Amino acid sequence: MSKKFTKDHEWIDVEGDVARIGITNYAQEQLGDVVFVELPEAGRQFQQGNDAAVVESVKAASEVYAPVSGEIVEPNTKLEDDPALVNQDPTKSGWFFTMKVSNPDELNDLMDEAAYADYVKELG
Amino acid sequence: MTNSTIDLDGNNKGTDASASPGSQSLARTPLFDMHVQLGAKMTPFAGYDMPVQYGLGVMGEHLHTREKAGLFDVSHMGQAQLFPEDPDSDVAPVFEALVPGGIISLKDGGIRYTQLTNQDGGILDDLMVTRFGNTLWLVVNAACKSNDFAHIAQLLAGKARLSVENRALLALQGPLAEAVLKEHLPAVADLAFMQACHADYEGEKLIISRCGYTGEDGFEISLPNEMAPQFASLLLANDAVAPIGLGARDSLRLEAGLCLYGHDIDTSTTPVEADLMWSVPRRRRESLNFPGAHKISQKLSQKLDRFRVGIKPEGRAPAREGTEIHDMNNNPIGRITSGGFAPSLQAPIAMGYVSAEHAAPGTQVQLIIRGKPMLAHITSMPFVEHKYLRTKS
Repeated sequence: MSKKFTKDHEWIDVEGDVARIGITNYAQEQLGDVVFVELPEAGRQFQQGNDAAVVESVKAASEVYAPVSGEIVEPNTKLEDDPALVNQDPTKSGWFFTMKVSNPDELNDLMDEAAYADYVKELG
Repeated sequence: MTNSTIDLDGNNKGTDASASPGSQSLARTPLFDMHVQLGAKMTPFAGYDMPVQYGLGVMGEHLHTREKAGLFDVSHMGQAQLFPEDPDSDVAPVFEALVPGGIISLKDGGIRYTQLTNQDGGILDDLMVTRFGNTLWLVVNAACKSNDFAHIAQLLAGKARLSVENRALLALQGPLAEAVLKEHLPAVADLAFMQACHADYEGEKLIISRCGYTGEDGFEISLPNEMAPQFASLLLANDAVAPIGLGARDSLRLEAGLCLYGHDIDTSTTPVEADLMWSVPRRRRESLNFPGAHKISQKLSQKLDRFRVGIKPEGRAPAREGTEIHDMNNNPIGRITSGGFAPSLQAPIAMGYVSAEHAAPGTQVQLIIRGKPMLAHITSMPFVEHKYLRTKS
């Protein structure tokens, strides 16, 4: 399945019932240099839209929301030692966590790549 | 993902309505077009549309300033000249009645850091005061400027005349600042830290002050608005100079342990709690002839329930403004007033207020970050050594 996107600039990539989640290139550009990432532990449950992780740049802290409901499978602990990965490779090695999707219908609420590109264009 | 805390709101307490962010029309400095051309990300700050960062980003701009030279547009700050009503007299003793700093002792061209205090000793603003002959040159914070100038004009009516100067103000900061600036203004090489002079440049009068808000050696250059874009371009043409936004200005001043008005100091803090008594000479502590002097004098002999300190979190998580500070027995002892990530140290740093018994450097404390206690300790400031040029041979 191809990537889906939230209005809050998370991406989600689903394979089977497990999804990988990160923030978009637009998001990392807006944040600037990422200096700290706080990740959820495996096993934690989130509802769609809950605060699931924190990403901080020199100047600000931001929440990363769970794009869908589910249970955390694996946090990307590489980000704890090397938070700059979020800037360097936001859509690949800079992923935040994987989660087991509990309600796949929620994916229908999200934007596809083209819709997200239009959305970002509108933000200027 | 949405921003939950932005440290650069400029929304200082005591601001008049016209200078609050989100108001309909933001003011622009004479360098606005240049910021846009340079690709700056703009943000409302103290009623102005100001550059928060350029292409290098906050981290890159910060490190560039520490290594070479950074150019800051600080034209939003308030500049004014204070004249004695009687032209044969000195305005310094008149102005000294409003601040705890030593003003009459200033030599010609000398700069003093001081505060405007209210009757309770609370800080209305902090400012730089320079003597030129029998007049004073004042530079105050953007968010406070209209209140400051009204306060000064009212309290000194009949004794002094305040002329608010609508001029641009540039800061050039960093180890290469002198080398860059003296190519155009040779006189700057004769200044030491906290000294200022007038310099003629293409028929206009510039005021050059060797001071700043980064902990580095550097200068602030006051110049006519019309000349500012051309002069800024001239400085930026030197490879050593990069434009620096408010983001790095904030991280640089925090590393230098310098207060941000409306965050680290305000009317609820006197210079005693704020650990600014180094700026109050013994003569003023004894004569007690400034607003709030008796309150300040009392506080000096009291055990303080709030004292400004440096704080070093032990992990990697930055502790932002408002973070609660607990002692090791989980009792609340204060709050962080400025906190973030120090690019020069690649670690989080903060300043805040704790009760006096917890203020000694080395004291272990806990910072409550997103509900979880994080270990930290009190530390002396600055976090990064000042590089001021103290004497000039």
